[in-house]
Amino acid sequence: MSSRPELLAPPEIFYDESEARKYTSSSRIVEIQARLSERALELLALPDDGVPRFLLDIGCGSGLSGETLSENGHQWIGLDISASMLNVAVEREVEGDLLLGDMGQGLGLRAGVIDGAISISAVQWLCNADKSSHEPRLRLKAFFGSLYRCLSRGARAVFQVYPENIAQRELILRQALQAGFGGGLVVDYPHSTKKRKEFLVLTCGSVPTSINEGYKESCSEDDDSEDEENGMVGVSDRNRPRKKQRTNKKGKGREWVLRKKEQSRRKGNDVPHDSKYTARKRKSRF
Amino acid sequence: MRLIVHNMMSCNIKGVVNNFPLRIEAEKVIEKEVDFNPDFLRHMFAKIEWKALVDGARSLGYTELPDHAPDTAALESDESFLRQFHHALLELHLEEGSLVCPETGRKFSVNKGIPNMLLHEDEV
Ligand SMILES: C[S@@+](CC[C@H](N)C(=O)[O-])C[C@H]1O[C@@H](n2cnc3c(N)ncnc32)[C@H](O)[C@@H]1O
Repeated sequence: MSSRPELLAPPEIFYDESEARKYTSSSRIVEIQARLSERALELLALPDDGVPRFLLDIGCGSGLSGETLSENGHQWIGLDISASMLNVAVEREVEGDLLLGDMGQGLGLRAGVIDGAISISAVQWLCNADKSSHEPRLRLKAFFGSLYRCLSRGARAVFQVYPENIAQRELILRQALQAGFGGGLVVDYPHSTKKRKEFLVLTCGSVPTSINEGYKESCSEDDDSEDEENGMVGVSDRNRPRKKQRTNKKGKGREWVLRKKEQSRRKGNDVPHDSKYTARKRKSRF
Repeated sequence: MRLIVHNMMSCNIKGVVNNFPLRIEAEKVIEKEVDFNPDFLRHMFAKIEWKALVDGARSLGYTELPDHAPDTAALESDESFLRQFHHALLELHLEEGSLVCPETGRKFSVNKGIPNMLLHEDEV
């Protein structure tokens, strides 16, 4: 996702048949979405009693995120606005039940029946007005209101989101809190432009048992960019000054370099072979 | 669409009060086996609207469920009941057909097992 697909076309148009296939056959995307889903499931903090739960995957697409739920033994409903994405999910024989629907129209589900919800890389789509009748604030309101109602008390909803800017992040958060949710933002790897991931962790009803913190990079400089806002976990801005975005003193590490080299090789580039010198620091005389 | 989902779905059209359950018009029903998990069934039982499940199962051609929900003791001891519950809830799929709003009669079509719940602009 180099440019922002949300800005190109409405989701049901952007995710047409060819995009749906392209999306699902990219091993890079498959891997990233699986990792994000694992993390979201972890943040859902379901009781550790071995009983499968009945979960919701909002903006489920071709089922990449839902598969993580199945692998962990859960039953799920996936909702998506793109028929093409859902068709790919059917072809891939995902185990969840699929619904074609628009989250911005609210969820037609009974009160208190769902044990938890995840949504991976989808909710930022609601911030765009794709039709003249669309008002992002109202669509977010309808969505979060209906989600709040259908979740059981104490249940959580975890959203991995790519807000375009601070205003979008705040709009999403504000609508969630107004719907009655508690909770806030968890930021993993806040100092890395590439790895940085945001999860909105919401709790329904009872007070959350402290949301665990995001993964931090080792030895980061002191952290003045993360203001405590209304008792939420670090809300920070993506567009921080460049200096801040350079990561830790140790550099990116050997593993990272090896992965990048491998990626480059797969693209057919001529890449130096790996040796014990790979990713070593140069002596200062260089 | 399985009955576990049907049992949770209500009609989302603006202003509709009598929104549950959606009536099922079945054209094609399929069955897919699912691992039997009594813990999950017990967990779900309290959430289920029993009459809607019985009627839903009937409209998919399955008539074994008791008319009245058994008490929770049956969930512990009565395996044959649990098996019926399991089958109705998780193994029957409405593959082709429609869901009909009980108040307005609006039909939501179901194709390849996927209900189309998209609302028209004047229904939002
Ligand atoms: C980047 S994909 C992510 C899909 C899946 N969660 C995954 O991890 O692979 C975003 C999905 O959100 C869906 N989406 C966007 N707006 C939506 C809306 N208003 N209602 C339901 N789904 C929506 C798109 O159709 C698309 O399938």
